[in-house]
Order: sequence, then structure tokens, then C-alpha cells
Amino acid sequence: MTAKRILFLTPGIIFGIIAIYFAVGLTKDPSQLPSVLINTPVEQFQLAAIKGRANADRAWGLENTDFHGDVALLNVFGSWCISCKVEHPFLMELKRTSDVPVHGIDWREEDPDAGPAWLKREGDPYTLVGDDPDSKGAIAFGVTGAPETFVVDRNGIIRYKHVGPLNRDIWVNAIYPLVQSLRAQ
Amino acid sequence: MRNLLLIVLTLVSLNAAVMAVEPSEVLSDPALEARARHISAELRCLVCQNQSIDDSDAQLAKDLRLLVRERLVQGETDEQVKSYIVSRYGEFVLLKPPFNSSTYVLWYGPPVFVAIGIMAVFVIFRRKRSLSGAAAGLSADEQRRLKALLDDETTS
Repeated sequence: MTAKRILFLTPGIIFGIIAIYFAVGLTKDPSQLPSVLINTPVEQFQLAAIKGRANADRAWGLENTDFHGDVALLNVFGSWCISCKVEHPFLMELKRTSDVPVHGIDWREEDPDAGPAWLKREGDPYTLVGDDPDSKGAIAFGVTGAPETFVVDRNGIIRYKHVGPLNRDIWVNAIYPLVQSLRAQ
Repeated sequence: MRNLLLIVLTLVSLNAAVMAVEPSEVLSDPALEARARHISAELRCLVCQNQSIDDSDAQLAKDLRLLVRERLVQGETDEQVKSYIVSRYGEFVLLKPPFNSSTYVLWYGPPVFVAIGIMAVFVIFRRKRSLSGAAAGLSADEQRRLKALLDDETTS
């Protein structure tokens, strides 16, 4: 009798387990990919400077060694990217109100003048900017879409990744506390 | 009419066979290009996630295709190229899931369920057969009682 009861319950139990898996799996946002690069060093890369932002002392606009020394943010943007325009005022606010350097990767500009023109029009919140027309920098950071923002510690280790526009909520609750604890280390 | 349909279908299927790879991307060495195509077909486009980078027209897919070719030209093996891209984007970029501890359920699951099904069918059939076997063969004692009952019925 009990064996028979177990037999009758089995399909229900299997259905329940599958239902739980689906309930978890299907409600995840597939565009929010987990980054495998958290807690790994920034890969070696070198990006040219964008027009009008050439550094007098060197040929490169942004390279991996720029992340050594101080905790810094890396923001991947493009003049073609609408969400980047949404987050841009907050980046300008950060430039005024915080002492955390924000570096930029100007990703996939078809026209090399488009990025510099965009920064001239909207304001330039970046400490250093690298031009990334062929995704070399973006792939080094495992970027899938713009905007994405990374927190890199003073030893050049990636500590945090945010996909989508940056805003005050994420800054206050996640990024700023992390930057403070990384600086205290 | 039928021929026209055939021609249209042929043209449509030919069109589908043309991949996103642009002529300017193709390597001059056909062996390297074949390897590049093979690797690209196994890597997921991160923008349109159910396409391979070989199929996708997304800009990032194009840059990844060029990266694959660049690394092959530099003399890397297929595995080295794939493992570099996995190191940047995780195992999610592999369209065919790898065989490791986190995917055992995925790989072993289906054969296990088939085995359970075969066992269930086997058990059910055996039980059915043993039941029908019991009905067919009456013991001598049962035959006598049956005969007595039938006789009883016919006489009354």
C-alpha cells in the first residue's frame, strides 16, 4: 500500500522539483550575465587616446597599468548609446562631488570624431579615456553592452560590475561603500 | 507552379546558408579560416544570445570573430582561443555546455530518466504476465471446486 502510494506520488514530486527549477530559471533576466572577471586582475590592454584628449607624456589613452595606485571606476560608453546619455548627468555629478577617478572606454565609435564631440556637448566626466573601435578593451573586461561600470581596486583587481546606467541609488548603496572599504585595505 | 515553388524554396534555403561573416573578415589561409568558422559556430553571441557569433550580425559578434581569427593567425590552438573567450565571458559563451561537475545533471539526467522508464515498463509487464499466468493455471483442488459449482448450477 505504501509502495503504491509512493509510486502515485512520484510524478507529482518530479513535477514539483522541475517547477521549482523553472520558477527560478525563467524569472532571471538573461541579459544580466554573471561576470567571471570579479576578483581577477585587469587584463593587459592598451587603448589609444580619443581625439582632443591626447596625453602629452605618452601615446596611450588608457591602459591596464592606469588601474594601479588608486581605487578607480571604469565606465564603458559610446556616443551611440542611449542609456549612456541617461547616466551621463550622474557621472558629471560624481566628477564634482567625489574624489574617485572615473576612467572611460569609448566603445565602438564608427566615426572617431563622434566620441569627442559627444563629450564636448554633454560634458567630460572622465579622468582618462581610451578609444576602443574594435572592442579590444571591451572584450578584456567581458563587456556585453553599454553602459557597464566596473570598480577596480588599487592593485588592478576587478571588484564589482554594474550593467546598465549608473545612478545615485547604486552609488550610495553598492559602489561608494565598496570603494571606501577597498581604500581602507 | 510546382517548379516555381521549388525554385523559391531553393533560393530561400540558399540565402539562409549565407552567414554573417563578411568577405573582409575571411582569412587567406583556407585551413585557418575553416578552424575559425568551426570555433565561431560554437561561441554564443552575447548580444543575441541564441545565435552563435558565426551567425550574428551584432557588432560585438563581429569583433569576437576578428579576435578568434587574429589569435589563430598568431598560432594559438582552437582550445586556447576558446579558453581565452571563456576566461572573459564565462562558460555561458559555449553553446555546447562543457562536461564538468556543475553540468553532470544536464548530461546524465536524460539517460537516467530513460533507464527509469525502461525499468518501470519492465516491472509493469512482468507483473501483468504473472497475474495472467495465475488466472490461466488452476490447481487441481480449484478445478474440482469449479466443476462442483458448475455441476451444481446445471442440475438445479
